[in-house]
Amino acid sequence: MSTTISVTEKLVGKSVRRREDPRLITGTATYVDDLKLPGMHHACILRSPHAAAKIRSIDISAAQSHPGVVAVFTGPDVAGVGPVPCGASLPGLRVPHHAILATGRVYYVGHAVAVVVATDRYVAADALDLIEVDYEPTAAVADPEKALEPGAPAVHPEWPDNVSFTYHQEGGEPEKAFAEAEVVVKQRITSQRLVPMPMETRGCVAEYHAAEKSLTLWSSTQIPHLLRTLVGQMLGLIENRVRVITPEVGGGFGCKLNVYAEEALTSFVAMKIGKPVKWIESRRENFLCTIHGRGHVDYYEIAAKRDGTVLGLRLKLIQDLGAYQQLLTPAIPTLSVLMMPGLYKFRNISADIVGVFTNCVPTDAYRGAGRPEATHGVERMMDLLAVELKMDPAEIRLKNFIGNDEFPYATATGLSYDSGDYAAPLKKALDLVNYRELREDQRKAREQGRLMGIGISTYGELCAFGPSPATPAGGWESATVKIDPSGKVTVLTGASPHGQGEETTFAQIAADELGVPIDDVIVLHGDTAIVQYGIGTFGSRGTAVGGAALYFALKDLRAKIKKFGEMMLESDDVTFSGGVCTCNKTGNTVSLAQIAGMSYRAMRLPVNEEPGMQATRFWEPPNFAFPFGAHIAVTEIDRETGHVAVSRYVAVDDCGNIINPLLVAGQVHGGVAQGLGQSLWEQAVYDDTGQLITGELMDYAVPKATMMPWIETAHTTTPSPVNPLGVKGVGEAGTIGCSPAVVNSVVDALSPPGVRHIDMPMTPEKVWKVLEGARA
Amino acid sequence: MIPQNFEYSSPRSLEAALDQLAGGPDGSADGSTKILAGGMSLIPLMKLRLAAPERLVDLRRVPGLNYIREESGVLHIGAMTTHYEVESSALVRAKCPLLAEAAANIGDVQVRNVGTIGGSVAHADPAADYPASLLALEASVTLVSKAGERTMSVEDFLVDTMTTALEPGEIVREVTVPLEKSGAGTAYAKMVQPASGFAIVGVAARIGEGFARIGVTGLASKAYRARNVEALLEGGADAATAAAVIAEGVDANSDLHASADYRRHVATVYAARAIRQAISRKY
Ligand SMILES: Cc1cc2nc3c(=O)[nH]c(=O)nc-3n(C[C@H](O)[C@H](O)[C@H](O)COP(=O)(O)OP(=O)(O)OC[C@H]3O[C@@H](n4cnc5c(N)ncnc54)[C@H](O)[C@@H]3O)c2cc1C
Repeated sequence: MSTTISVTEKLVGKSVRRREDPRLITGTATYVDDLKLPGMHHACILRSPHAAAKIRSIDISAAQSHPGVVAVFTGPDVAGVGPVPCGASLPGLRVPHHAILATGRVYYVGHAVAVVVATDRYVAADALDLIEVDYEPTAAVADPEKALEPGAPAVHPEWPDNVSFTYHQEGGEPEKAFAEAEVVVKQRITSQRLVPMPMETRGCVAEYHAAEKSLTLWSSTQIPHLLRTLVGQMLGLIENRVRVITPEVGGGFGCKLNVYAEEALTSFVAMKIGKPVKWIESRRENFLCTIHGRGHVDYYEIAAKRDGTVLGLRLKLIQDLGAYQQLLTPAIPTLSVLMMPGLYKFRNISADIVGVFTNCVPTDAYRGAGRPEATHGVERMMDLLAVELKMDPAEIRLKNFIGNDEFPYATATGLSYDSGDYAAPLKKALDLVNYRELREDQRKAREQGRLMGIGISTYGELCAFGPSPATPAGGWESATVKIDPSGKVTVLTGASPHGQGEETTFAQIAADELGVPIDDVIVLHGDTAIVQYGIGTFGSRGTAVGGAALYFALKDLRAKIKKFGEMMLESDDVTFSGGVCTCNKTGNTVSLAQIAGMSYRAMRLPVNEEPGMQATRFWEPPNFAFPFGAHIAVTEIDRETGHVAVSRYVAVDDCGNIINPLLVAGQVHGGVAQGLGQSLWEQAVYDDTGQLITGELMDYAVPKATMMPWIETAHTTTPSPVNPLGVKGVGEAGTIGCSPAVVNSVVDALSPPGVRHIDMPMTPEKVWKVLEGARA
Repeated sequence: MIPQNFEYSSPRSLEAALDQLAGGPDGSADGSTKILAGGMSLIPLMKLRLAAPERLVDLRRVPGLNYIREESGVLHIGAMTTHYEVESSALVRAKCPLLAEAAANIGDVQVRNVGTIGGSVAHADPAADYPASLLALEASVTLVSKAGERTMSVEDFLVDTMTTALEPGEIVREVTVPLEKSGAGTAYAKMVQPASGFAIVGVAARIGEGFARIGVTGLASKAYRARNVEALLEGGADAATAAAVIAEGVDANSDLHASADYRRHVATVYAARAIRQAISRKY
């Protein structure tokens, strides 16, 4: 397939400013918490202070009689509501029953125990303090490796081994590869738990119309249609009587790619009291009760020849699941396995996952979801191998990349990489940093006793989710384009963007395809009563799948417009371009507005055409798309304190064709910020009793603007053959490429005293201790 | 923010503020009334319901608490002067650069625009920036209550973690710093806790002819003067030698961001850096 984006009009490829921004930066955007409905009540949720405890009794009487309190509900009251769904399935997967309020037992700090509904949020919060819960604390386990030890406290008493699932995947002949290897390098590598931390916490407003038995649920979610289906099922409502609206969503990063207990609970409460109910998550709750990301302990082994040719990769992956399976929890580590070969010709792969229950909030998708962990692993292993073989890290990568003539490339993990020129971004990044000179600078720095490091990571990413058979909920996306009688264009996308900027990029695409000014196009999304069924925005799929659906809808309309043009111009030699149909013989024209007007007035119709000017397409991608790139981080370490300074950061990404360079840069910058966060600062730490000790922004270190290095971005362009736009997706690339570059850089800096590896986050104390250990 | 219920007042005079502060049933202060200054420390505590004052007396509309002036060799800074105002004051920068440097190191711009020097010393966070410099500068605080005024050194004022010599009914009215006659050099070196912005350790050094003053924050349960380091410096020791003793005998704080041992270690590093820089700035 080739792209047929018209050459005469050129918004695609331009840095068009985000059309979403005026309302965001003037504070006029509407978030869930801005909604005020007549008669609206407020819910606050009582949460467990214990990581594991039996609930002996709950006394709600004082809360119930508190002035302003309308109702209090506990576990038994909501027994009729279906469990929080897990959408992923694996053979033998143990899925604990996940009731929307704890009943009998609590499994993690923050577990919802009761809900209070009151006339205002302050009253509701005060009333929480009046509920008396008699807990009998039991032993908890928060560390996934400890949870696997014999005799560890059982998170779910029915499964004393704490194992939710094991999963094995193999490709090629790993046993043989390791037996024949000339060199084998092993390393334990962790990817710590992280808090996704959208600026806007979760929240919802539910309004039940008893007469119609219909529910309207406003929720800060990435997946309005899936939420509608699933929340409707939980509540026993008829699907077409549930309407989900996502107003402005202040960030998701995967944590709003979920169906949460509170969405059903708020709806349940609204149905019970017959009044609209709002629940807004506090920041503290966001730390405790919204899914976390990562949570890996990985044991890697790489097999190679002495000349640096890689032969095989083995992985034992311990995934900290937390206490429950949220929507995609168990699927996330399987993505790590799929992507573990990275960009290299690993023909022999073996991976074993063990999914472990802990007394912590569940983990699930967080920007990159499984792929940063995989990239971190393979990119660390490539560096460890290079060190072992005394090879340059760039050289060992170039030696093992899949070749340009090998696409589509079937990996040992069963994927088919779409297209690539894997050496190109690395070479470009090496040029940008002037690699040879940089190594010379490093040599001089070392002579002066300075600890300077150069870290390279090259990543491949599986994104643009994806073919439906490979996804839990359908991998297609939908688009409708409506042209009004006046010729103005409305795009309805099923991908529910929430900050990515599709109101801009989709308008660019539509404006180009229809030859109209961008201001003639509006893009609507996130209301299930307005937009046809869609899947949502996650996994870097918005443009690659939703944009492709839009492209096909536009293509249908172009054909229809042309037919109307031919009829109106009474010619069969007509071109539609620049928003007008032109007769190539006479030069006569009719405008899109005239054509659209005619299509609705319908005095005459082209043969076999219906009135109106509207098209809907559901597009199923034949494959994932596979972006790739190379990131280089230069670091300097304060020998005395262990503080890491990133002195240079270069990101060369190949995300296929670029619709809007400004937005792509924004995605890379944001992704790198979160990658640096994981590399250097962020960690969700539970103590041995299961208390989250980084449960406030005073302790959980999200990167701030002042902590960011200058990020230099550049691109190579290898169009994807998977979709007609040739785009690959860039939402997660920055995060995926970043952490191995930074860790490789720090390890490189610390290599003269003999440091081999360091885990994230590389806090000053940790680096200092590693350095002290190496000196000793 | 969803705090517990509280009453709020915004008095227009110091007298009214003191009256309201002493608003207990018997007319004496009962501790359930709290002063609100910038709110940068108090509000987060109320948000978490770790603090639940019954009444807040807001000082923001009380006239005469926001000033920076020099009077006969002493710098007077009103309690309600914001960190930004201290940081950007030409007078402070010229006559007492250490204080401007400390102010500039606090949190972020938003916090500095709202947080006040009176609030910072009254809150006595063991990781706050101002105290190290105020100790090195041998500053004092003036406290006012219905009974009158009293002045004491910052060193005596800071009692322990979030505990000061402030009596119920008292307000910190101003901070005073004796200005330098000779050409002492000063510097503040801080290791930043990346989440909160507070100091993991912060060392303020003030070094002149024949004397050295070293204030330390973040390391222990309260900010303190490292007299052992001062003595070594006054005895002619070099920066590294003097700095090496800074954590001796100190019961160091320990948390996720820095264990006690690491804190002790970085205290010596930052002390040496502050001392060297202070010496380089002597004139
Ligand atoms: C995100 C963030 C980052 C921060 N980072 C830093 C940092 O890096 N370094 C640092 O030093 N500080 C930091 N702070 C704290 C900040 O400096 C506060 O401004 C300061 O600690 C308190 O000043 P305030 O005016 O806000 O006082 P408030 O919060 O209003 O009050 C604090 C306490 O002092 C009492 N109080 C206030 N004024 C008086 C007075 N005049 N007399 C008697 N009692 C009074 C109050 O009753 C209350 O108990 C940070 C704060 C935040 C929110």
